[in-house]
Amino acid sequence: MVALETRNLSRQFGAVQACRDINVRLLHGEIVGMVGANGAGKTTLLNLITGYLKPTAGQIFYMQDDITGLPPREVSRKGLARSFQIPQLFSSLTVLENMLIAVAGTRREHRDFWRLLADRRRLDEAREILDLFGLLPMEHQAVDQLPQGARKLLDIAVAFAQHPKVLLLDEPTSGVSTSDKFPVMDTIIAALRQQGVTTLFVEHDMEVIARYAQRVLVLHEGRIIFNDLPQRVFDDETVRRLVVGQRARGRTGLESGPGGSPKAAVPDA
Amino acid sequence: MSTGLLPRTGAFPAFGTVALGILAVLGLLLTDWAAFVFTVALAKSLIVLGIILLMRAGLVSFGQGLYVAASAYAAAFASRLWGITDAFVLLVLGVAVSVVLAVLVGPIVSRYREIFFAMLTMAVSMVLYGFLLKAYSITGGTDGIGMREPTLLGMVVSGIAARRAYYYLSLLVAAVAVYGAHRLDHSPLGYMVRSIRDNDIRLEYLGVSVRQVIFSTYVLAAALAGCGGVLTAFALGHITPDLANWTASGEYVFIALFAGSGNVFAPVVGSIVYQFLQTYAAKYWPYTWHIAMGAAMLLIILFMPEGLWGIYERITAWRAGKEATVVARGAATDGRVGDA
Repeated sequence: MVALETRNLSRQFGAVQACRDINVRLLHGEIVGMVGANGAGKTTLLNLITGYLKPTAGQIFYMQDDITGLPPREVSRKGLARSFQIPQLFSSLTVLENMLIAVAGTRREHRDFWRLLADRRRLDEAREILDLFGLLPMEHQAVDQLPQGARKLLDIAVAFAQHPKVLLLDEPTSGVSTSDKFPVMDTIIAALRQQGVTTLFVEHDMEVIARYAQRVLVLHEGRIIFNDLPQRVFDDETVRRLVVGQRARGRTGLESGPGGSPKAAVPDA
Repeated sequence: MSTGLLPRTGAFPAFGTVALGILAVLGLLLTDWAAFVFTVALAKSLIVLGIILLMRAGLVSFGQGLYVAASAYAAAFASRLWGITDAFVLLVLGVAVSVVLAVLVGPIVSRYREIFFAMLTMAVSMVLYGFLLKAYSITGGTDGIGMREPTLLGMVVSGIAARRAYYYLSLLVAAVAVYGAHRLDHSPLGYMVRSIRDNDIRLEYLGVSVRQVIFSTYVLAAALAGCGGVLTAFALGHITPDLANWTASGEYVFIALFAGSGNVFAPVVGSIVYQFLQTYAAKYWPYTWHIAMGAAMLLIILFMPEGLWGIYERITAWRAGKEATVVARGAATDGRVGDA
């Protein structure tokens, strides 16, 4: 069954065609990676799908519903959440407070002006999600004092708190140190698998793509130029030249990834 | 205005209970004129509290006079035309008029931020000011209208006793409002109001309508201004269109900055200090008191950007720091003893 689908989705900024005729289909429970050079239109596509930008043409279907033109607020309420390349958090508040606001917002309790934000029910749920993402030990830390990796995780945890059916991750490992990126991604993917969340993640890091994506979309100058298994995508001459770069082939980790069997994430062709 | 002063615990601070207790005792000791100054200050503190709630979302309303005047005139008309004199009934009526008005104006102003919000709120308030001024046959124009003496639970209060009655009535309403604002501070709505300044995009992506949050806060602020308006009418006994003029609205913003927005008690303390400063400044410099008030404001902005409440914050921070040093020293000593 199709969880998310775009049909001929296009967006123009003046003379620049940021996205043109994009047709994407995500099946239930799929974890799909998206790569593309800077300016290829990856973030624009996420902004279009979540309603932050209005498409100049095309349609978006979420669970067979046409959601084209809905604002982010309503798209989110339907269960289509996203994380951000630069974490979008309430930076003067603590980790726990951020999560509590996410829980209260998801439950549509924004009119509650009397009970504590940190009441028992909300607190239990918030802590449960923080624990899932390994953030519980730093729950009382202010967000602006967190290391980048933790901030990135919290940004995704906040989106996860919305019980999404489809989650769009914008570069989950950018700004995360090389030694942290696999543990961070392992945590995220484990949580998403556990809930069966359909996921599309934008990524620059080919090792991460190779290890976690079941399928890869390649975006170039606003078009999807490739849609296949990671192995085939990396082997393709055009993709290597335009997006991945020549050196990347040996670094994809397909032969031997650190700590485990990356092949497990990639079904055999 | 600093976000570093966010409340961290839900317990009602001991400071607040003590301060309200002191004000309750003061009511018996104050001279008549001082009781009057306190009453006016307490009424203003309610209006200022509403402004502070909006400021937390980064919004400055220059039009709270709209709700002050609307509720005050509503109470005055109700007492003159329909003979309603019970203070509590008039209070509820005044607040209801403010809330209805805010529900009508709110959807328009909640679309705007920053200077646009400030100007729009001021503009709407000036519309009412113009009406009150020009509709002479109804409102008495610049002459204003007098209130009939209100009754308290069926008792007629007048003369000297009335001063005390208004004082305690204002204190009661202010105490309830401060407690309510304290609850709000720790509630989901309170957190979301402050989160608007931090990151409104994330709030929308959480499925929360930022406009609705602003609207709710705006209506709450209007209700508070409505309370303040009726209490001001009781205290003054005579009301004029000046209540809706932008200079009056500006004064409330002035007090909010003067008091500081870090705490729900700040408006009470700030309004009382402001009202006395103004009273004495007007007494000693009858023609130039505005300069004195301006100088006081300048000093606050330059040296205490957190307002008067910042002084209290600094003292508690300093004391906490001192205690921490003592504890650390104690621990160091214990260590040495342990080693020996």
